[in-house]
Amino acid sequence: MKRPILEVRDLCMRFGGLLAVNGVKLNVYERQVVSIIGPNGAGKTTVFNCLTGFYEPSWGEILLDGEPIHGLPGHRIARKGIVRTFQNVRLFKDMTAVENLLVAQHRHLNTHFLAGLFKTPAFRHSEQDAMALAAHWLEQVELSAVANRPAGTLAYGQQRRLEIARCMMTRPRILMLDEPAAGLNPRETEQLKALIALLRDTHGVTVLLIEHDMKLVMSISDRIVVINQGCPLAEGRPDEIRSNPAVIKAYLGES
Amino acid sequence: MSEIYHFFQQLINGLTVGSTYALIAIGYTMVYGIIGMINFAHGDVYMVGSYVAFIAIVGLSMLGLDALPILMAGALIASIVVTSAYGYSIERIAYRPLRNSNRLIPLISAIGMSIFLQNYVMLAQGSGSKAIPNPIPGEFVIGDSAMNGVIVSYIQIVIFSVTFLAMLGLTLFISRSRLGRACRACAEDLKMANLLGIDTNAIISLTFVIGAALAAVAAVLIGMQYGVITPNIGFLAGIKAFTAAVLGGIGSIPGAMLGGLLLGIAEAFGADLFGDQYKDVVAFSLLILVLLFRPSGILGRPEVEKV
Repeated sequence: MKRPILEVRDLCMRFGGLLAVNGVKLNVYERQVVSIIGPNGAGKTTVFNCLTGFYEPSWGEILLDGEPIHGLPGHRIARKGIVRTFQNVRLFKDMTAVENLLVAQHRHLNTHFLAGLFKTPAFRHSEQDAMALAAHWLEQVELSAVANRPAGTLAYGQQRRLEIARCMMTRPRILMLDEPAAGLNPRETEQLKALIALLRDTHGVTVLLIEHDMKLVMSISDRIVVINQGCPLAEGRPDEIRSNPAVIKAYLGES
Repeated sequence: MSEIYHFFQQLINGLTVGSTYALIAIGYTMVYGIIGMINFAHGDVYMVGSYVAFIAIVGLSMLGLDALPILMAGALIASIVVTSAYGYSIERIAYRPLRNSNRLIPLISAIGMSIFLQNYVMLAQGSGSKAIPNPIPGEFVIGDSAMNGVIVSYIQIVIFSVTFLAMLGLTLFISRSRLGRACRACAEDLKMANLLGIDTNAIISLTFVIGAALAAVAAVLIGMQYGVITPNIGFLAGIKAFTAAVLGGIGSIPGAMLGGLLLGIAEAFGADLFGDQYKDVVAFSLLILVLLFRPSGILGRPEVEKV
């Protein structure tokens, strides 16, 4: 079998006396949707924070294409193609929808800032490309009509979609979504599911998902990893997880 | 008639002082907007700028290059370049290593940096005052006579136009350019901007450089108008500009511009009403009033508790 795009080995994160993540391992293959589930406080978001350079792991290895990325600053990891959303919406609220997307394009715009001052052809060309890509993603998430509205004034579901579009502007290889369906109504959740499937199937993105909506998780995931109290509990296909006694016990308690 | 002239005279004087406050205030507000820190060494960066302008003007004059445009351009360019380098280095040396520590610690580092810069300039240039010649002496009168009219000096016109151009340039840069966009993104959510691939350290450095460059512009202009500089001028100028930034709403660039102008006007009219020695009292009373009744400033937004 092919080498995983993202390998996490023995990841531990300690905050003082609290071992928030203890020995988590992940093997994520390209073009898969992998969900991380577990009860509240299981350490799912902490894993995300370690992967994106928010935290430096206390122990363990994170390999992207076999190359260690743990301990790198956030923008370096982002430039290697890992990008994420947060549980709460973190758009640049005062900037318009399209500006939010253009900001995320930053890492691909390698022209010198003096080029911007003198508006060289290369600069104008890259700016046009950025606009075209932004327009493309606004269309994909059905937000073209509100492109010039400040992001903070959009409806909640629209803000969620805009965040995903903004991530896609960085041309990520791995997209990490932290509870993207939280607060969405059933119709919006369906839209979200279709969008994730589109990203995986058409755009070749690998998706890591933290989500409590089990219907969404079971229907979209290729693999599921269960974490409980910081420790890995189970790993497998949705149908395996559904019938795993340890998982049922962790979620429903001793019967 | 003379009351109207008097009013406009105070207004013009106030606007002149105010526009230089605004230039310095932008340095406070941009840095605060992005890393939430008050750079108390900023006033001394301004002071360094005025010394560099002094050295440039004296040097150029000694070389015999004392034509007005050369002196102005030389002082401005030298001051902007050297002062920006100071702004950049101060951030690198005194603030960046402390970025993730308690908020109080960079503040203390800033105060230390301020004392360091003052003493360093005193050692290098002497603690006495230096005189910067006004390269554009002269004035004109609107109205009947100097007694019954508005006196506008040429240097005031220069201060207005240079400040206006600098503000316009900054506004366009922030609102239109790609780096300006990145600056706004960083001001809203530094960590998110970083995760989207923006080199936030570079943007933070950039704000220090822009702030220092604008302080240098103010230093050249004020130096030429008042003619005297000492190693201690940074303190009062810094506190005044800080007041302007708070008045306008710290973190907001248009706020700093507006706050600077308002503070200058308030000072001019205050000095006129209560006497010149009460000028600073008026300025700092205004600061206290703003902090009491509208702590977020005129254009600032109330601090929303982050989730």
